[in-house]
Amino acid sequence: METVNVLTPAVRQTAISGMERLRADFPILGIRVEDKPLVYLDNAASSQMPQIVIDRLVRYQKTQHANIHRAVHHLSGIATQEYEAARRKLQCFISAREEREVIFTSGTTDSINLVMHGYGRKFIQEGDEIILTALEHHSNIVPWQMLAEEKGARIRVVPINDAGELLVEEYEKLFNSRTRFVGLSHVSNALGSINPIKRMIATAHQHGVPVLVDGAQAAPHLKIDVRDLDCDFYAFSAHKMCGPTGIGILYGKAHLLESMQPFKGGGDMITSVSFEKTTYNEIPYKFEAGTPPIAAAIGFGAAIDYLEQIGLDAIAAYEHELLVYASEQIRALPGVRIVGDCQNKVAVISFVMDGIHPHDVGTLLNQDGIAVRTGHHCAQPIMQRFNVAATSRASFSFYNTKKEIDTLVEGIRSVQKVFAQ
Amino acid sequence: MSLKSIYQEVILDHNRKPRNYGALRSPSHHATGHNPLCGDRIDLDINMHDGRIDEIAFRGESCAICKASSSMMTNAVKGKSFQEAEELIREFREMLVDGIEKDFDHLGRLKVLAGVRDLPTRIKCAILPWHTLHAAMNSVAGATTEADDHEDQLVANNH
Repeated sequence: METVNVLTPAVRQTAISGMERLRADFPILGIRVEDKPLVYLDNAASSQMPQIVIDRLVRYQKTQHANIHRAVHHLSGIATQEYEAARRKLQCFISAREEREVIFTSGTTDSINLVMHGYGRKFIQEGDEIILTALEHHSNIVPWQMLAEEKGARIRVVPINDAGELLVEEYEKLFNSRTRFVGLSHVSNALGSINPIKRMIATAHQHGVPVLVDGAQAAPHLKIDVRDLDCDFYAFSAHKMCGPTGIGILYGKAHLLESMQPFKGGGDMITSVSFEKTTYNEIPYKFEAGTPPIAAAIGFGAAIDYLEQIGLDAIAAYEHELLVYASEQIRALPGVRIVGDCQNKVAVISFVMDGIHPHDVGTLLNQDGIAVRTGHHCAQPIMQRFNVAATSRASFSFYNTKKEIDTLVEGIRSVQKVFAQ
Repeated sequence: MSLKSIYQEVILDHNRKPRNYGALRSPSHHATGHNPLCGDRIDLDINMHDGRIDEIAFRGESCAICKASSSMMTNAVKGKSFQEAEELIREFREMLVDGIEKDFDHLGRLKVLAGVRDLPTRIKCAILPWHTLHAAMNSVAGATTEADDHEDQLVANNH
């Protein structure tokens, strides 16, 4: 992570000592599991919510709720204003040129499906090719497979090496005159690898091909600048970054969004309707049919405020410290192997243990109050690549501590002890 | 019994030394069980003669709970008739999935697996071999833990 190196040791130290104090912002971190303090290390699946975001949701429901973009009354005005303010916060957060380039969706999966239906079904034809990577989450594979099947298009896959890094040279060789689209994860959910997407986007653009970036695992940990990346689409979800479930965004370049057909039809996405002809609304509303999760969108805005207050650079620096510490500790354990141990990654550690199935690891760690994810992480192609059925995954957030990593390492040793008897 | 002791005393014994592990040379019945959630997969071979399970063997990649359940199941049904095995499957489900409160002492060693009931996310691991046995005996090619939800629903709907 480039951001780590620019921080002086003093700044880094301040960031680290400040971070542990933030735990108090998260009520759920105080609960006990199996009569042990909760050690929550499943942040890549979903992060926890700070009190300030919870309070924002409550304040909205108690004093500001009505439907948006509809009525002339007081509450509808406030709700609309707050909903659109949240959109502007997201726009600034990712440095988008215009706020209409930010579409609220129900999450990353919904965003990707929107692009598949709105862009893919319109512009991808029989014999065309779509490039995806071996690191994709199922949500950036399955929609494109559905499209490929419908259209008779073909999917090409960028391979990875043993460290879990994309083979960029192989990627560059995949382009030909039939390449129409690239779908790319910024950060792998199963391994944590950070992909060199800026370079990969530039390559695609040399061939005139647009790129969708699945940023679900990147946005909580890295500063995202869609103009600097020059990506055509970027998608992520609130619930992985201290916000509520059921809300996320799709960023898209305005001219692309304008060229696309609507994904869902309904209210709010039209300017006029008659049984003869319907005129669609402008972007972003063209893609926001029906009443959106207004409270969740506003809560998302509050989560963005919270993260920006801490600073994404400070978050990245602190989480990198956690990653380095945890990697050293886990690597030192005999009988434990980290899967996808590449240089450039976010604070995610996927590991397997000799002779012990990940589900047994997860169940026994839970006895010590430790929450990790076990399974294939909705990324079965990665599991196949590494020839494992499943892994255990510890994924960290800025509210985790080195002490919790020690508890995890103790927990892993204790699992080994149970199995050694 | 605490979870750790279930692991230590029973599950690990069968995990390390699974009974009836392997393949039968020419099984009369076979099925593959699959848990798409965790990638667990077991293959079950049976030789049925005159409606009785003469021989049974299993193999596959799975977690300790699934392997122990498979191992103990093969011990329990060997020599049993089709009806007796189906009855055992039904009772095992009652104990683990339906959570029926009754005396399961007659299940013998299998009773220890009742502890898995407290781990809702792991019940499927324990039940997979039993589904597979049912599928094999009824000459269905495969079983999946996902059918379990469906069956539960049907059961629930019938109540």
